[in-house]
Amino acid sequence: MNTPNDTPAGAAGEAGSTGGRSPGEDLITFTDVTKRFGDNVVLDDLCFGVEANKHVTLIGPSGSGKTTILRLLMTLAKPDEGTIEVDGEYLTHERKNGKLVPAGEAHNRAVRKKIGMVFQQFNLFPNMRVLRNVTEAPVHVLGMEKDEAEERARGLIELVGLTEHLDKYPTQLSGGQQQRVAIARALAMRPKVLLLDEVTSALDPELVAGVLDVLRDIARSTDITMVCVTHEMSFARDISQKVLMFDQGKIVESGSPDKIFNDPDHERTREFLSSVH
Amino acid sequence: MSRSWNWDAVWDFMPYFWDGLLLTLQALLFGTLLAFSLGLVWAIALRGPRWVAWPVIGVTEFVRNTPLLIQLFFLFFVIPDLPGGPTLSPLVAGSIGLGLHYSTYTMEVYRAGIEGVPAGQWEAARALSLPMGHTWRAVILPQAFRRTVPALGNYVIAMLKETPLISTIGLTELLLTAREYGVQSFNFMEPITVVGVAFIVIAYPASLLIRVLERRLATY
Repeated sequence: MNTPNDTPAGAAGEAGSTGGRSPGEDLITFTDVTKRFGDNVVLDDLCFGVEANKHVTLIGPSGSGKTTILRLLMTLAKPDEGTIEVDGEYLTHERKNGKLVPAGEAHNRAVRKKIGMVFQQFNLFPNMRVLRNVTEAPVHVLGMEKDEAEERARGLIELVGLTEHLDKYPTQLSGGQQQRVAIARALAMRPKVLLLDEVTSALDPELVAGVLDVLRDIARSTDITMVCVTHEMSFARDISQKVLMFDQGKIVESGSPDKIFNDPDHERTREFLSSVH
Repeated sequence: MSRSWNWDAVWDFMPYFWDGLLLTLQALLFGTLLAFSLGLVWAIALRGPRWVAWPVIGVTEFVRNTPLLIQLFFLFFVIPDLPGGPTLSPLVAGSIGLGLHYSTYTMEVYRAGIEGVPAGQWEAARALSLPMGHTWRAVILPQAFRRTVPALGNYVIAMLKETPLISTIGLTELLLTAREYGVQSFNFMEPITVVGVAFIVIAYPASLLIRVLERRLATY
């Protein structure tokens, strides 16, 4: 079954493409985004962009709005104000006659297909075997033939090192293995953007390394744009080109991992880093 | 005046018993199918927009809080009198009444089952862009059903025990069969006892089976 296309790098390489977007251009743009839960302002008039093919890590104390950013991108939540663009299209809004209007479900689904997400709690479908967890969306959303979807799924499952567990149910796997399946499941949709929401936080310490290794591989071997929220500072340093430090719904500072971790400009960043190290 | 148990009356009654049992089980089967399917429709509608959910709440509260007997009478005696109202046979009216009444209970079972599926499952389905209908069919309901099987089974047993009510609209199910046999032969003791035993012979193993299923399906 090892045609050249089936090698791990090949399987991952076909997932995600920039669709003609030149490197350096923003694939994700937040413009004046505000999100409140009741009186609590979680994101405060936020503006930032993520360049195509880059890996960006969001750090900051809990409650600083990092996870909310991922949830907004996945349209699991809607901004109260402002707009979010992904790959040239608005999330939750669409252009009609030159005006921005709230988007219909069809538009949202089309945009959402470009985005994949890996959750803290894995959220695999427990009623499906590993293989079907990975093929379900390609078959039913992308309209892929079952054989083709399974072929690709096997490649992705190999990529995350779980070939011998294809026919198991998620609960028969360890947390780390489940998370690797979840990564394969997200990649199977060939997303342009992969959102990683504290993907190692729910894992036992000895299982963290396996998951991070897989993500490092993917970061190196694909051109998927990644936005991760993590408490693993070494991982953030390792894979990301840019780190955004959040506090109270605002970006305190941003820069290369080197800069942020070794020589941050702001006291708040220094405080935060010393508290997690 | 007392009399002793007469086995001859038992054997004499048995041919009628089987006819009655067949009708009881038919009413139970149709009632169960209706209660299971309609209850699911109610439960899904409850999660819909208000203009769908509120009428469903109204109808199901009404049905649940009025006696099944009145509903049976309504279906059998009142509906044919309404303009264009069809005449229903006792079996059809009885099955509809039983199924409709119990759908308001199975609805709650499904609702709890659906709410028991973690929010992360909905989010994962959404993150994969699975269409809503497919999310229900492939992700949510299969997980919800596991939790509902034992409770649904208990309602089947409850429905079984309610089937004698349908005799009031003329379905010669088990109890009415026994009564008619008694009226005709002046032997009530044997047929009524046989029917009572029949209910426990069906219901008790069924409830044991449900307990086994409950343990098997408890976890993934």
